[in-house]
Amino acid sequence: MSTATSTLQKPVKKRRKVPMPYLLLLPGMLWLITFFLIPILTLVKTSVNMDLQNYDPTSASTGSFWGNFWYAARTHEAPFARSFIYALAATLIALCIAYPLAYGIAFKSGRWKNVLLVLVVAPFFCSFILRTIAWKQILGQEGPVFHLLLNLHLVTLQTHITASPGAVIAGLSYNFLPFMTLPLYSSLERIDPRTLEASGDLYANAFTTFRKVTLPLSLPGVVAGTLLTFIPAAGDYVNAEILGNPSTTMIGNVINAQFLRTSNYTLAAALSFVFMVMIIAIVLFYISRAGTEELV
Amino acid sequence: MSKLSRWFGRNLIRIYMVMGFTYLFIPILYTIIFSFNDYIKSNLVWRGFTWHNWQTPCGVPNICSDLGQSLKIGLLATFVATILGTMIAFALGRYAFRGRPLVNTLIFLPMASPELVLGASLLTIFINLGFNLGFWTIVIAHVMFCISFVVVTVKARIASLDPRLEQAAMDLYANERETFRRITFPLVAPGIAGAALLAFSLSFDDFIITNFNSGTVETFPLFVYHNAERGLPAQANVIGSSMFLIALITVLAGQIVSRKRKIA
Repeated sequence: MSTATSTLQKPVKKRRKVPMPYLLLLPGMLWLITFFLIPILTLVKTSVNMDLQNYDPTSASTGSFWGNFWYAARTHEAPFARSFIYALAATLIALCIAYPLAYGIAFKSGRWKNVLLVLVVAPFFCSFILRTIAWKQILGQEGPVFHLLLNLHLVTLQTHITASPGAVIAGLSYNFLPFMTLPLYSSLERIDPRTLEASGDLYANAFTTFRKVTLPLSLPGVVAGTLLTFIPAAGDYVNAEILGNPSTTMIGNVINAQFLRTSNYTLAAALSFVFMVMIIAIVLFYISRAGTEELV
Repeated sequence: MSKLSRWFGRNLIRIYMVMGFTYLFIPILYTIIFSFNDYIKSNLVWRGFTWHNWQTPCGVPNICSDLGQSLKIGLLATFVATILGTMIAFALGRYAFRGRPLVNTLIFLPMASPELVLGASLLTIFINLGFNLGFWTIVIAHVMFCISFVVVTVKARIASLDPRLEQAAMDLYANERETFRRITFPLVAPGIAGAALLAFSLSFDDFIITNFNSGTVETFPLFVYHNAERGLPAQANVIGSSMFLIALITVLAGQIVSRKRKIA
């Protein structure tokens, strides 16, 4: 680290004998290759080692049954579809809540900016599961929201707010809100206030300035934020378990149960891999349409 | 009326921010309130106020040792991930080299992979290699998913630096090492601190990846999950609330101190 330099002119770097960037990259990259890339490849191997269509857990694991992926996807269409629909809904809700919040922190908070930014991350310290359980209580039959709605005659005693798709989506959008807010903030914060003034000088009203200047300039943040919300939301199973019912099962619940309860590792691995490929396909498609060149 | 509507229009964003933060903190407020509940067995219904839970935060088996595990894992994972991630960020932000797209992809993929897939695939390799699941496998996993977030945060900070500051230092006969130590690093430091805070909060609150790779070790989120079915003791609320309040007070104190220093 101590020899890391700010190489501003290219000739300086070319004279070096030790390729500095590779030295800096080596430990981190080795970590990611060993504990991310190789495990993913192992997962692929695990997912084809037994024939899922004639599944026999006692047989020795040999062979490569590439049809397993197709089989896994086809037999679990509903939880796959639910995961993507719930995650999409949760992402859109989170975007609507987080955008004005990030805008306010970036432009309207003055010297409290850093404190407000930490407030966005602070809920992480009060445990994600504890907060989800709190939502279950707040929305549950004994909770304040239900009592209020009951007194207003908007619900009956038979109505349930929790144990529904709506509750799962609400929980997802709540839990991943910081992942939406932070990238939005960092792209909004980078906007030069002079561009906004220039827009005003050119007789644009506040709304036009927002639509023609602020929003397009914050688009990289929107792309990063929606991805960082959508991906964990689609793979989550805790919200569906605590706030949902058996008919809101997401793909995460299925994979988790196959891994940790049923111990059908082949099916669990195949489902995980199919899920990951779908997510990456969605991400690549989205990035290519949104037109941000470099996300990281 | 028009006065009121004008005030409303001017402060719309501020009103919205208050609402947004209220929404963010409602479940935390609920957690804090129920930490004072005089509960029996399960802490679901309000039965009356008591100080008892706050006087005996460790009064439930395992809860404080699990918190200790979470803190130890969080600090260790943050330390390693921040160093490795910062090094990568400097390589990406300050050098031209071959294989950059490959590095970018390898940084991006863990963030684009669902936690479940990361946790499950690590579990398969730990089992295949015959690792004993426990403290160290959790640390390894946490470092892995924190690195990318550190790289992205620090890299953004490096990119926002004004290159003229470093050029000025060089013009004033500072050599490369001095320029780095006295100009570049201090300017990037807030970004590194932010990245470390993010890494710690991600590690401290992680459940899904930890659940796959923990073996018999229990962290605080796992404690909450395991006890949720049987009925969660109010001591869990005490721990959750106090971690939240400690984080909040630390940051506010830091803000006040740094402002005083600026004035002085």
